[in-house]
Amino acid sequence: MLFKTIKKQDLFDLYFSDVQCIGPKKVGTNYKGKPIYQFLPFSSFDEINLDYETTEYSAKTYFLPYKETLSSFQFKDDDWDQEINYRTRPRVIIGLHPCDINALVKLDKVFEKTLFPNPYYITRRQNTFVVGIDCKKSCDHGFCSSLGSYTVTHGFDLFLTDIGDRYFVKIGSDRAFNALQKIETREITKDDNELYLQTRNKFEDGLEKTVRVENLPNLLDIEFESDVWKKWGDKCLSCGTCAMVCPTCYCYGVTEHISMDFNKSDKIKQLYSCNLNDFAQVAGGHNFRPEPATRLKYRYYHQHRGFVESFGQPMCVGCNRCGRICLAGINPTDVITDLQREQKR
Amino acid sequence: MKNIMHPYDIRHETDMVEPLDFNRRSRLKDVDKCFKAEITNVIRLTDMEKLFQIRMVNDKDWERFIFLPGQFVMLELPGYGEIPISFSSSPSIRSTIELCIRKAGKVTQALHKAKRGAIVGLRGPFGTYFPMERMKENNILLIAGGLGLAPLRAPISFVIENRADFKEVHILYGAKEPSQLLFDYQYDAWHRIDDLNLQVIVEHPDKSWVGPVGLITRLLEDIKVPPDKTYAIVCGPPIMFKFVCKRLSEMGVPMQRMFVSLERRMHCGIGKCCRCNIGSTYSCLDGPVFDFWTVMNLKEAI
Repeated sequence: MLFKTIKKQDLFDLYFSDVQCIGPKKVGTNYKGKPIYQFLPFSSFDEINLDYETTEYSAKTYFLPYKETLSSFQFKDDDWDQEINYRTRPRVIIGLHPCDINALVKLDKVFEKTLFPNPYYITRRQNTFVVGIDCKKSCDHGFCSSLGSYTVTHGFDLFLTDIGDRYFVKIGSDRAFNALQKIETREITKDDNELYLQTRNKFEDGLEKTVRVENLPNLLDIEFESDVWKKWGDKCLSCGTCAMVCPTCYCYGVTEHISMDFNKSDKIKQLYSCNLNDFAQVAGGHNFRPEPATRLKYRYYHQHRGFVESFGQPMCVGCNRCGRICLAGINPTDVITDLQREQKR
Repeated sequence: MKNIMHPYDIRHETDMVEPLDFNRRSRLKDVDKCFKAEITNVIRLTDMEKLFQIRMVNDKDWERFIFLPGQFVMLELPGYGEIPISFSSSPSIRSTIELCIRKAGKVTQALHKAKRGAIVGLRGPFGTYFPMERMKENNILLIAGGLGLAPLRAPISFVIENRADFKEVHILYGAKEPSQLLFDYQYDAWHRIDDLNLQVIVEHPDKSWVGPVGLITRLLEDIKVPPDKTYAIVCGPPIMFKFVCKRLSEMGVPMQRMFVSLERRMHCGIGKCCRCNIGSTYSCLDGPVFDFWTVMNLKEAI
């Protein structure tokens, strides 16, 4: 990894005026008076705040849109033609926190480095210039320390750490290296290194390891029939909000929509949630997971056991967006803690 | 120990015909492409099921559709949707493929109205398959319940075409009522094959039924095969293969020699949409064919 430092103000000169830029924008305040941020397109750096705590939604939507047309069928007499378009426009996302970049690295495993690489995801990922930034302090209820996702080593183009008047920069790709030619950079000195490590240590000291996850693959198997699932499942509204804000949830459904003149049909992919009632329903009406409790259990089972089995690490990054947004107050740290307690009883 | 450890021969792996390898960057563009196919014949099997004979519109697309018994294909009906369907025909027939489809949902209902000449789309073939090469030189039990005969017809055809490679062959088929029996026009042909035991049983007979009456496990009572020289393929509703596999276990057939085909709703067929997960196993990538030992270890499989 190559490291450099840049003047904070110089980052603005990197601003890519010819492509769409996305960053953490303040969209309002919550009932506690705390600002709410979202990753949204911006046209000037005044609109974004790189010192934001967290965003309500993850940046997943710029790689896996909530709704996306996979292909279209044009009908002609008794025949049809399929049109597939994988092309996307280049984009820059600025201000992703380590958890969000780690989430992208996990999505890469699913969509890029596995059987059946996915062209829609790959084009979006390759055409997005990712500028990450280290958190200044741990966010409310975040448990990234439990999942080791508060540091990143890859999955970004540039990664910034605020070390006072300068940014300590990790360069993750050749295009980022080339982009840095536009501004004045400085080789890192011993002092920069020291400052960087101090900043990081200070941040890490402020983290609390809130839940144990390394025993979950085993625990989830043993506690498959546990009452804990009923307890939390009865609260669950099966609304699927958790999956929508999650930076790694990727499951989806495909439906076809015919145009009003019957000349065209679009095959539309829409992100889904395993908590929705009909997620595992098959033709004929049988539902493999009819109760909210079994669906909630499945979500944890997939994140902390199935994904570990396939990729050697949990799917969760510990951002706790799902816990903060849940209308029924279901927080993953509470559910996991309950399970661990069950084991001790 | 001799009865527990079965010698494993790596040759069986290398003998196998490999299905199409999609995992290449050069194939990326084809991930979502539906290959055009024409319905050449529609054969009515029962009130609920029809057999569709399909051939590729472009001859050069044929090389993609080399499949193995047990695999499935994503059948696209433009404007309606896409559904996973198991191959029902012999893998050696290189001119048409046959799909047996029950009228169950939105897409299949539309498909049942389709006429000869309609153009549909195919993606695939996907999924795991019955290891027919490994089963050679053994006795084989082919057991189906209800619609399970649709996926089982592919291995049945394979066994009949390669009859010399197998020892005893038993085909056992059970259905609720005689009117629900699939492929009844073929039983006579299968019966006439020398040294092939075909038995059909129904749960609720009508007046004209002369065959055995009861559940499929009844047919297993009369079968005497050396269990360590036997493979079984079981297709049918979960409740049926649960009891059949239990009975086979009692007979002494190792669980890793019983194969079942599981069904789930699929939206992609390529291990992305998560809709077909059983526990957290993809039934499109790791299945639909599983050995019974794996099924026993899957949460919420049966």
